[in-house]
Amino acid sequence: MNLEKVVFGFFIVFAATLNFGFVIGEIDNPEHHMVYELFAAIVVNLIATILKFGDRTQVGALHLATSLVADLQLIAAAMVWAYANHLAGGGITPLQMASVVSLAAGALLANAVSVILLIGETLMLRR
Amino acid sequence: MIGPGHTIPFLILRRMRAPLIALVLIYAVSILGLVFIPGVGADGAPAPPMGFFHALYFVSYTATTIGFGEIPFAFSEAQRLWTIVIIYLAVVGWTYTVVTLLALIQDRGFQDALRAIRFREKVRELREPFYLVCGCGDTGMQILTALDRLDRPAVALDLQEGRVHELELMDFRRDVLALAADARSPAVLQQAGIGHPQCRGVIAVTNDDQANLAVAMTAHLLSPQARVLARTATVRVTENLVSIGIEQIINPFERFADYLVLAMREPGCYRLIDWLIGVPGTRLKQEQTPPRGDWVICGHGRFGRAIESRLREEKVSVRVVEPRTDATGKGEVTVGAGTEREILEGAGIHLAAGLVAATVDDVANLAIAVTAREVNPDLFVVIRQNSAANQVLFDAFDADLVMQPSEIIARACLAQLTTPLLMRFLQHVKRQRDHWADNVILRLRERVGEATPHIWDVRVDVAEAEAVVPWLRSQPASVRLADLLHDPRQRRESLQCEALLLLRAGKETVLPAHETTLAEGDQLLFAGATGARRLQRMILQDANVLSYVQTGRDVPGGWVWQRRGRGRARGGGATTSGSGA
Repeated sequence: MNLEKVVFGFFIVFAATLNFGFVIGEIDNPEHHMVYELFAAIVVNLIATILKFGDRTQVGALHLATSLVADLQLIAAAMVWAYANHLAGGGITPLQMASVVSLAAGALLANAVSVILLIGETLMLRR
Repeated sequence: MIGPGHTIPFLILRRMRAPLIALVLIYAVSILGLVFIPGVGADGAPAPPMGFFHALYFVSYTATTIGFGEIPFAFSEAQRLWTIVIIYLAVVGWTYTVVTLLALIQDRGFQDALRAIRFREKVRELREPFYLVCGCGDTGMQILTALDRLDRPAVALDLQEGRVHELELMDFRRDVLALAADARSPAVLQQAGIGHPQCRGVIAVTNDDQANLAVAMTAHLLSPQARVLARTATVRVTENLVSIGIEQIINPFERFADYLVLAMREPGCYRLIDWLIGVPGTRLKQEQTPPRGDWVICGHGRFGRAIESRLREEKVSVRVVEPRTDATGKGEVTVGAGTEREILEGAGIHLAAGLVAATVDDVANLAIAVTAREVNPDLFVVIRQNSAANQVLFDAFDADLVMQPSEIIARACLAQLTTPLLMRFLQHVKRQRDHWADNVILRLRERVGEATPHIWDVRVDVAEAEAVVPWLRSQPASVRLADLLHDPRQRRESLQCEALLLLRAGKETVLPAHETTLAEGDQLLFAGATGARRLQRMILQDANVLSYVQTGRDVPGGWVWQRRGRGRARGGGATTSGSGA
């Protein structure tokens, strides 16, 4: 067992699960989506991205690309949330909540691709 | 070594992984703390904690030590306690990041990688024909200097970093792209331009025969369009090179031995060759004839052996002096160091006609030569100079002939690379008699002067002779060689140059007559003063100039003037004749 692989796999799967946890629930109901979970998803995604730096293989490049997509989508979701709560005033509306969650759902898709890549890579090198 | 996929941002990111993750974690923990710790209202009553937005805002300006203060509200004691933690964590995190980045930039391996990447990019961007020189010793430097003087870009490789730095400091007109790397590696050679469509020639002149072989081999396989020149000093490597089809092999020892024998047999021919392949700026030397009496060779290495065998073929009696006892000369061998007077006398120096000081040690060679001249002042002294750094000493001694391997190789390389026709001409000179060569020298001296002539070749085709080709197509045999030898400013003056060789359909004509008519596809070799080439190019490229040197009349340039000129010529006959310009 390789500790590096464990850490790598851990962060990728963790990013996907947190993302999933945030997205699940009624799309426009703020009660169903905890902002702490969004925060955790962003942090774990950033770490997963940094872990993927510097791998020159084809799969490594794809890993990095999916992570960057997920980061972008999650940060966009956080910005919409910040806008709704602090700039627009009057608390988050169902419409704004829906757009936060749908952005996060896009990130979830990217994270899912990342997990599939990880599994595929592992199965190919069955050692 | 740096692989082809590496780019600078990736190298940096790879090394910055740990500090970046640390920063992300520190920020996350700090923000999370602020999000949970309750605040305090203006009236002292507990207030809800900060939201993520304000927490990120606060951590961002605190972690970077900007410190706007407690925004948006005054903090509670618990928040202040946590802020202390944030400050220390963040300062440590940022310090770690910056220090890692600085260490990375200072890192020798990283700098080498950067240099290699930049070198690779620059070579890839070359858009004009260039030459690759492997090995920047005395020979490589001379070749690079001469290439620079000829205004051709060059790429250089050398094992030693010091040499590469030296190259960067040299006074070149254009920067030589240089890299300290092992030329034996095909990956390095590819970075340096082998396989590049503009690579015109590869010159392998490292001091390691095996490396030269490796370079020649790689170039031969990956850059078939490039000319490959390799220096060799051993027979085995030479055979290897010949067997893979590389014919441009320069063995300085054999070549010098050939020249020495040529000078002995036909001194004029040697003098002509030496003059023509000289480095720009040198002058025609006095004729020297190595005598045919007994010769003493001190040092029986590769050079000594080459001289010995060539002299024996010429039926000159040779005596070898060599300190190693296992020397295997065919004739008489005196064992001992040539620097000792008794040994030289024992080898018969007082009766000898010539001496070759051929050891690998410059100081020993000079000592041998000085001692021998004391015993026998009339001696013809040939001396081997191994390092260009000792030039002053050799200038002071004033030997009859100095054999400098690096110079011979550099001159041969340049002649073969820049003017392939010159080699054909020189081959012809080697077969000629003495008086023929004397006549050629006389003829060239009258036109060119005593300085080493500039050598160039001209191919009569659309690219190089834009003006001449249409004339030849419309009216065969309408341009004579003599037309190219007039001064385009004043046709009664002749240009300071002479045609040495005409190559037409594989047939060589040495010193073609001026009345020869030109045909499309002809290749001509000229020798002349530097400015002559530029003037000649005007004749070749500009139809009006060509017409002037042929007829003496200035042809009107524009369409209107051409119409008028034709009308006048038809009406009034010869308007101006022989009035010159």
